[in-house]
Amino acid sequence: MSLVVLLLAAATPAAIGDPAQETRAQALDLEIRCVQCENEPIAQSTAEIAGDMRALVRERIAAGDSDEEIRAFFRRRYGDYVLFRPPFDARTWALWAAPLLLGGAGLAAILAGRRRRRAAAVDFVPEEGER
Amino acid sequence: MEGRRQAMIAEIGAFVAALALALSLAQGGLGLAYANSEARAAAAAALAQAAALCCAIAFALLITLFLQSDFTVAVVAANSHIDKPLIYKIAGAWGNHEGSMLLWCFVSALFGAIFASVRGKQSLGLWSRTIGVQGLVTVGALIYTLFLSNPFARLDPAPFVGSGLNPLLQDPALAVHPPLLYMGYVGMSVPFSLALAALIEGRADQAWARALRPWTLIAWTCLTLGIGLGSYWAYYELGWGGWWFWDPVENASFMPWLVAAALVHSAIVTERRGSLASWTILLAIMGFGLALLGTFLVRSGVLTSVHAFAVDPKRGIAVLILLGVALGAGFGLYAWRAPKLAQPSGFAAVSRESMLVWNNFGLAVAAGVVLIGTIYPLLVEALGGGLISVGPPFFNATVAPLLAMLFLLLPLGPMLTWRVGDIRGALLKLVPAIVLALITLIATLVLTQWRAAPALGLMLGVWLVAGGLRYVWTRSNVAREAFCQDCYSPLAVWSMSLAHIGAGVLTLGAVAETAFRTETAVALAPGEGVAFAGRRVTLLDVGSTEGPNYSATRANFRVDQTNGASSVSAERRYFTTSPMPTTEVGILSGFDGDLYLALGEQVRGSEGAWTVRLYHNPLVQFIFIGVILMALGGALSLVSLARKRAAA
Repeated sequence: MSLVVLLLAAATPAAIGDPAQETRAQALDLEIRCVQCENEPIAQSTAEIAGDMRALVRERIAAGDSDEEIRAFFRRRYGDYVLFRPPFDARTWALWAAPLLLGGAGLAAILAGRRRRRAAAVDFVPEEGER
Repeated sequence: MEGRRQAMIAEIGAFVAALALALSLAQGGLGLAYANSEARAAAAAALAQAAALCCAIAFALLITLFLQSDFTVAVVAANSHIDKPLIYKIAGAWGNHEGSMLLWCFVSALFGAIFASVRGKQSLGLWSRTIGVQGLVTVGALIYTLFLSNPFARLDPAPFVGSGLNPLLQDPALAVHPPLLYMGYVGMSVPFSLALAALIEGRADQAWARALRPWTLIAWTCLTLGIGLGSYWAYYELGWGGWWFWDPVENASFMPWLVAAALVHSAIVTERRGSLASWTILLAIMGFGLALLGTFLVRSGVLTSVHAFAVDPKRGIAVLILLGVALGAGFGLYAWRAPKLAQPSGFAAVSRESMLVWNNFGLAVAAGVVLIGTIYPLLVEALGGGLISVGPPFFNATVAPLLAMLFLLLPLGPMLTWRVGDIRGALLKLVPAIVLALITLIATLVLTQWRAAPALGLMLGVWLVAGGLRYVWTRSNVAREAFCQDCYSPLAVWSMSLAHIGAGVLTLGAVAETAFRTETAVALAPGEGVAFAGRRVTLLDVGSTEGPNYSATRANFRVDQTNGASSVSAERRYFTTSPMPTTEVGILSGFDGDLYLALGEQVRGSEGAWTVRLYHNPLVQFIFIGVILMALGGALSLVSLARKRAAA
């Protein structure tokens, strides 16, 4: 009996009756990586293991886990690789800091350019026909 | 005799490609050794045309080999099959690594030849040196192709039927996707050559920016179409209803797209006002660098894993060397010469120029973030930090806010004048767009029970569309006033606005699809139905059909909606050459989006029930309509530039 259920689960993500829980499951399906495929989330993959992993997501939700607990569960089981949202730690702080650093560098460059242009002292009067 | 002539084609192809290499090398030398000599520049231009002709012949010969199914040639044997339909035999020529590299060379030589044929008002030095740098770009590509991925290599013994093209790629959209993308990638080489030539000349003036703009537009338009087609293909072929996944391969084409978009805008400032010249040069160098990096990421195998790369690193390392040489030369020249470039005119904090600076800020930072997110897992793995994944949650959290900032400012830009703008006047003109955007925001908030992200997203989409239309309306009034008749042609106004409106339409589709899509998976036996997204979907029957080189299981459905019943079918195809079946989804487009049906496997242990995945993708068509509008804007902008130059 449990074998049949498992096989069915592999082919079909056994949808949860509660629509809110199913929505949560589908969002998580997009964040969890199929461990056998080439760069696919389990939501997308037709591989058998992806079906098992989708079923597992629903099992954890039914057991009352929060999204964060489910991510941690998969991470313990398959490693960091399984999460498309990399955790913040010693290896990845630079990744998460990069947007701020790049944005800061861009802002600094814009301000420096403005100061340079102001030093060149131009008066801003519209020229004829310049609209 | 017949057999012998056929047997020569590959050798002739290799010979002609080698000839192109020699011609490009001479083109590079002569073009760069410019000594104020009209004759020498003209010779470089003629060599560019000859090299392009040779590349064209070589590429035509490769297509001939595919048409003849000459399986004594290794790439034909590995990527073609005697049973394959004609169009895919042709497309097979670029549906593989070696052939696509030859296409890369051909496009590079072709763009060089076109550039060499139209001098316009460029100074002789700039023209000649650009031809020279472009020649060297082609040389690099040809060396790589001939020595590390020769498409004309023979195979012994030859197989009888060939292994066939990857069935997923046997699709009309994917037949034209690679050439478009390569025209986009390689299109960025001309701005790169122009940038290097300007640095050597020590001058990047308005005439230089005028020469740059059409090439940037060509590259951007081709990238837009190429990425859009790839995304559309993923949507209907991969069978899970998604259209963008921040896959490294997608990112590889998205980064040059972002930089090309920035360059399209900064080059306008340089052409009209002479400002931002050195930034424009830097963007042109980075754009081509990212195009090469994209080629490296896709072609080296590094994406599968750093270890897969290490198994056969020759090709990857060669592309990295080419990338290093191009960026080294570019950044080196930049550091040395750029400080000497003149920065003539200033502008106020509120002006058309400053808006374009913010545009460049958003696009360039987004490109940087995508770059870091894409290569970060490779760096961590290479440094022994184990395997990590960087996927949609990271990119959505970082790129979306940047694009939101960009889109919030966008409609203001065209409303402001050059040098010093009137923000109050611009906002007043935009009042109708502001009102519509706010209505959208509030209505979405109420209808979704206060979901902020989709409400803000839809608001921005409406703001872009309404702001774009409002701008067209304003200009059509201004054009009637005598003093401004020569400012912007109606075509120029329309092309810019279409591109911006396209971005808005795309935003609407992307936000609606992401926030409001619904999906379910059910097991259906023939005759059974399911209620889904306000419709009733009934499986009528499941049978088998035969294609030219595959067999398929085909399921027919009836869909009952409020406005009547329609039929739609979905297939699973089994190709003789591949163990993995492919899905042909059934799509029923309506006003509120697509109903999307994918046929799964037969449910084990049950008689005749099949897994069916159903998706409802609201407004998904807007995504692809938006892409088409953007590309149309780019193409019309090219026409408008050409007209202006013919008139000048």
